Amino acid sequence: MTATVETTAHDQLAALESEAIHVMREVAGEFDRPVILFSGGKDSMLLVHLARKAFWPAPVPFPVLHVDTGHNFDEVLSFRDAVVERYGLTLEVAKVQDYLDDGRLTERADGTRNPLQTTPLLDAIADNRHDAVFGGGRRDEERARAKERIFSLRTAFGAWEPSRQRPELWNLYNGRHKPGEHVRVFPLSNWTELDVWRYIAREGIELPTIYYAHDRDVFARDGMWLTSGPWGGPRDGETVVSKTVRYRTVGDGSCTGAVESTATTLDEVLAEVRESRLTERGATRADDRLSEAAMEDRKKEGYF
Amino acid sequence: MAPDTKRSGAGLVETDLLRLATAGSVDDGKSTLVGRLLYDTKSVLADQMEAVERATQGGGDPDLSLLVDGLRSEREQGITIDVAYRYFATPRRSFVLADTPGHVQYTRNTVTGASTAQLAVLLVDARHGVVEQTRRHAAVMALLRVPRLVLAVNKIDLVDYDETTYLTIAKEFVEIAQSLGYGDSDDTAVVTIPVSAKVGDNVVVPSERTPWYDGPTLLDHLESVPVDGPDAAAPFRFPVQTVIRPRTAEYPDYRGYAGLVGAGTVRVGDPVVVLPDGQRTTIEGIDRFEGSVDSAVAGDSVVLRLADDLGVARGAVIAAADDAPEAVTEFSATLAWLHDKPLVPGRKLLVKHGTHTVQAMITAVLDRLDVQTLAREPDPDGLEINDIGHVAITVAEPLPLDDYDRVAATGSFLVIDPQAGDTLAAGMRA
Ligand SMILES: Nc1nc2c(ncn2[C@@H]2O[C@H](COP(=O)(O)OP(=O)(O)O)[C@@H](O)[C@H]2O)c(=O)[nH]1
Repeated sequence: MTATVETTAHDQLAALESEAIHVMREVAGEFDRPVILFSGGKDSMLLVHLARKAFWPAPVPFPVLHVDTGHNFDEVLSFRDAVVERYGLTLEVAKVQDYLDDGRLTERADGTRNPLQTTPLLDAIADNRHDAVFGGGRRDEERARAKERIFSLRTAFGAWEPSRQRPELWNLYNGRHKPGEHVRVFPLSNWTELDVWRYIAREGIELPTIYYAHDRDVFARDGMWLTSGPWGGPRDGETVVSKTVRYRTVGDGSCTGAVESTATTLDEVLAEVRESRLTERGATRADDRLSEAAMEDRKKEGYF
Repeated sequence: MAPDTKRSGAGLVETDLLRLATAGSVDDGKSTLVGRLLYDTKSVLADQMEAVERATQGGGDPDLSLLVDGLRSEREQGITIDVAYRYFATPRRSFVLADTPGHVQYTRNTVTGASTAQLAVLLVDARHGVVEQTRRHAAVMALLRVPRLVLAVNKIDLVDYDETTYLTIAKEFVEIAQSLGYGDSDDTAVVTIPVSAKVGDNVVVPSERTPWYDGPTLLDHLESVPVDGPDAAAPFRFPVQTVIRPRTAEYPDYRGYAGLVGAGTVRVGDPVVVLPDGQRTTIEGIDRFEGSVDSAVAGDSVVLRLADDLGVARGAVIAAADDAPEAVTEFSATLAWLHDKPLVPGRKLLVKHGTHTVQAMITAVLDRLDVQTLAREPDPDGLEINDIGHVAITVAEPLPLDDYDRVAATGSFLVIDPQAGDTLAAGMRA
């Protein structure tokens, strides 16, 4: 134990942190094989950070699971591995590429792999018999999520059935499930994007460098700045330009857009998020913009 | 700077959090009001606003109710069917709003939203005044001990901003609230505000069309009302969630009990009792990731170390030694029945209290509350969805239950179906 402080902080971030830690400890107390979904992105970094706090001085008692689309940013992958190493985590990886290689999945015409993640994710949950799966989802992200529970029951097929979701009262969570079913758990449900960034700043949580402004060759598509990578590059008529950009979310490189930004420090990012007139999904995730109900449909299928 | 803000080390202004619930009957304008709060506090971002403008039928002003319209199945039926959570913030405060619809499952949703609320905003349509649903909602808020009530008298534009209409409704509501126990102190104050969610009067911006009203706007009130945290003055209660035993080289013998302080304050050296067994010991240390602290209060997630090695496990409650609840196997409680499956006395059920789940049986339904008249109907056959009633319960293992009115954290519990796993009822010891 390092220091003795008078008492604990009691502002809004402290309340959200306490609530998230409480949720994680409930899962540790009531489930046999929980796992944290971990992409190396900011929300999953936050989950790992909170898990370290929740069980300290014991190590994080859950493995982490990365659903790898194969369309990764190199910086994010190496960051993921460094975090796993640093905190002695056990990493499980479910690869979309394996499914494409043996034909269980086929590449989509638009080349986007985000929607392909569902099957490898559900298989990994079933194969490792995970009964609780932590996700970084927040209710402020999108309208279909506003009614999501903190403990969200999924069928044996991973599906989310609105009618089976249980009312959540006080801070009493009901995690009972049948064999083969699992519960998705969202400790960050009540956080907003701004809360996440303020907390990252306050806690000094390290993030992959692509969250900060850097120079990058990009091309415009669907109103976003995309970059070349293993997923392909510009099509005919799309010109590559050099821009100073950063990412607000990390995902499948083929459909995650960068935003123009000069924010190179946490404080600058924070200032930018405060001023932003777009939600992070609206700004940067092509797959969420496919249709208004896109998220609701994917959730019913068992996506995050 | 307002008294409730302070500066963190990082130089950021820290604000506090108010959790509130809204309730109203269909078409009173609740979606529009919540949309207005989000819109006028600039919590709506451009892409969301564009989607609303696209979806607004026939052009004209954007329909703000669409901002809070949830799942497609609801859009198709044009109704809202479940509690939805909304987030907005001002420089002074952040808000978590539980938006509870006034439809078929009204009581279920209102109870759920109310269980975590520090304040409730009830809505009426100024043309209709206080209706059955208003009484029902106020009764549920009182039952769940939501400390503060606000009545928004909406659609004031449709009664030509008439003061007398507003005063008549306000008076009737305050009388109902008083009969439910509100208004006897500053902490249980009732506030009424004339608003037009559609036009925007007195929601965020004071209206010139209600010169006779000199109270706060709805947002002013939400920003300035004191935030009641879980009661730090209540007796100390700490349901143990999990035991922390690192067994690492650095911490070979560490043993701590992780949990959230449910009520009261705990300090190093305090005498405590571990329930239900009743062993006494003292607090040796209070640990957090950042280091040890001298004290913790309701709402803090911490790890406690005890002076004696007592083999405490998940499910135990650590409580103030001089003011601890008695562990009981038979008790009476108020239940809000939340499930389509009705309550049949005598069936085997589960009760989840704090971090402990035990087998239970409801031996008798003593009465059913008529939420309209607040009268108690004795000896009903059972309880159905949205019913509230008083029951006798027997549990297989003793539970350290408080009266809900005294300590909500250890006075509340869930009733769970052991086969399907569904949550059947919310319980409050009474
Ligand atoms: N004139 C007027 N109409 C309103 C006001 N608030 C809501 N409405 C209208 O009342 C109808 C019902 O509103 P809505 O917000 O959907 O009601 P909810 O069912 O309570 O969510 C809609 O047509 C709104 O435009 C108001 O303050 N004044």
